[in-house]
Amino acid sequence: MTAAFEFLTAPWEYDFWRRALLVALMSGLVCGVIGSHVVLRGMAFIGDAVSHAVFPGIAVAFVLGSNLVLGGAVAGVVTALLIAVFTQNRRLKEDSVIGIFFAASFGLGIVILSTAPGYGGSLESFLFGSILGISDSDVVSVAVIGAGVLLCTALFNSRFVAATLDREQARAVGLPVFWLDVVLHVMVTLAIVISLQAVGNILVLALLVTPAAAARLLTDRLGAMMLLAPSIGAGGSVLGLYLSYAFDLAAGGLIVLTLTAIFLLCWLFAPRHGLLTRPRRTAVPAVLAEEKS
Amino acid sequence: MTEPVLDITDVTVHLGGREVLSDVDFRLRSGELVGLIGPNGAGKTTLLRTALGLVPVHRGTVLVGGRTPRQAQGTLGYVPQRHEFAWDFPITVEGAVATGRTHLTGLLRRRTAQDREAVADALDRVGMAELRTRPVGELSGGQRQRVLVARALALRPQVLLLDEPFTGIDAPTQELLSTLLTGLRDEGVAVLMTTHDLAAATALCSRLCLLNRTVVADDEPAALADTDIWLRTFGLDRAEQLLKALGVTG
Repeated sequence: MTAAFEFLTAPWEYDFWRRALLVALMSGLVCGVIGSHVVLRGMAFIGDAVSHAVFPGIAVAFVLGSNLVLGGAVAGVVTALLIAVFTQNRRLKEDSVIGIFFAASFGLGIVILSTAPGYGGSLESFLFGSILGISDSDVVSVAVIGAGVLLCTALFNSRFVAATLDREQARAVGLPVFWLDVVLHVMVTLAIVISLQAVGNILVLALLVTPAAAARLLTDRLGAMMLLAPSIGAGGSVLGLYLSYAFDLAAGGLIVLTLTAIFLLCWLFAPRHGLLTRPRRTAVPAVLAEEKS
Repeated sequence: MTEPVLDITDVTVHLGGREVLSDVDFRLRSGELVGLIGPNGAGKTTLLRTALGLVPVHRGTVLVGGRTPRQAQGTLGYVPQRHEFAWDFPITVEGAVATGRTHLTGLLRRRTAQDREAVADALDRVGMAELRTRPVGELSGGQRQRVLVARALALRPQVLLLDEPFTGIDAPTQELLSTLLTGLRDEGVAVLMTTHDLAAATALCSRLCLLNRTVVADDEPAALADTDIWLRTFGLDRAEQLLKALGVTG
């Protein structure tokens, strides 16, 4: 009993662990909420693009010695806007546009970073996260930006839902679909930027997509999904961090693996939809079969 | 005669560099139930989208209740084709219908009693009140069509535009929708629907508009007995079977 208690409390003795846990918790929370919209709209690839797009901004901020979170946010928002604008051209599919911009911005980031002396080490911390090296001011930025994202999502939630459900009808009743896309892209960008330090550039997509996808398996209600996803995200992140503390292994990787394990458990055991729990002989529901024919 | 609620005059529409509608003249009045008929690619959906302000008009004027389509946006009921809707979205029937009123609610406002009442009424009218808590993904094709109609009705619109509401639904649902549409017509709603079901359209509609890039004919079903009109609309060489189905051969 005391051993378990000590395991739970021991990391809190250290300032850097407290900061790491706080950031993991907040990142998981915010990414879970905004990730629900990402998963439902099928825009996981946009999340991937934005997470790479943030890179040149961080590189510039690093070279100039200014705030990394701010630099990343600016670059991510610019790329998100470029994607939103270029996808208005019907001849280009969204995934092509995204592919172009995310590779380009990542290339730009590497070039900028290579101008700074000794860039190898900082490159690694951008790519794989440096959750134990978070400063007090970083914690404050994460909290403020995270609160902003949550507030904005709460305000726009029903509009995001209407635009995702049926763009044609949303346009027809005069909802500003393009600007809703822009707002959603910006929210995704900010969620990614505040999570970068926890899990790094490459793995941040998991924080955005995995908890929301797991939550989708558990429920057919958006409201429930938007409570479950942040719970899974925050819980999984904190658990991953504890595991990293206990076994002295890479934090970002363990956070992502913990979330993946939760997703797999949901996939196997989710009520009604799980591989091992769904009723037999209903591989294709009658409704779907009818609709496809 | 009353002022038309939808007034389309000499409208030409270009899409992707192609002329999709040419010099279209069309009027819709309160209490009318009009069928928009024509082959694939005739511009039926484009005509609906023009009225909704979703397509730029190259030439001509479109007035909705005396206003431009842009100004009138959010007042028309619109039932798009079923595939436009994300049926895998985790939302209940009631929630989906309520999205028809999202644009009326401010960012900081919650749904009012009026919103809830409009949604409940709409669900009642399409006979989906009992299924209101069911996830939309579990509905049959006919039930899905009824949800889309209810979403449009939640606005309590004076003009209702439906894009192929009868496609891929069974006879009972078709009957329910027919009764609903004639009921709305009798209440003074102006209803315009595109359809490929010529027999149903002939039986149901007070007027048929035959469209193929431009209006070929626009009259009561009984007045459209001229074989040539149907041949021109559908570009057919022989129309015996079609006309026999419609009962206009003479």
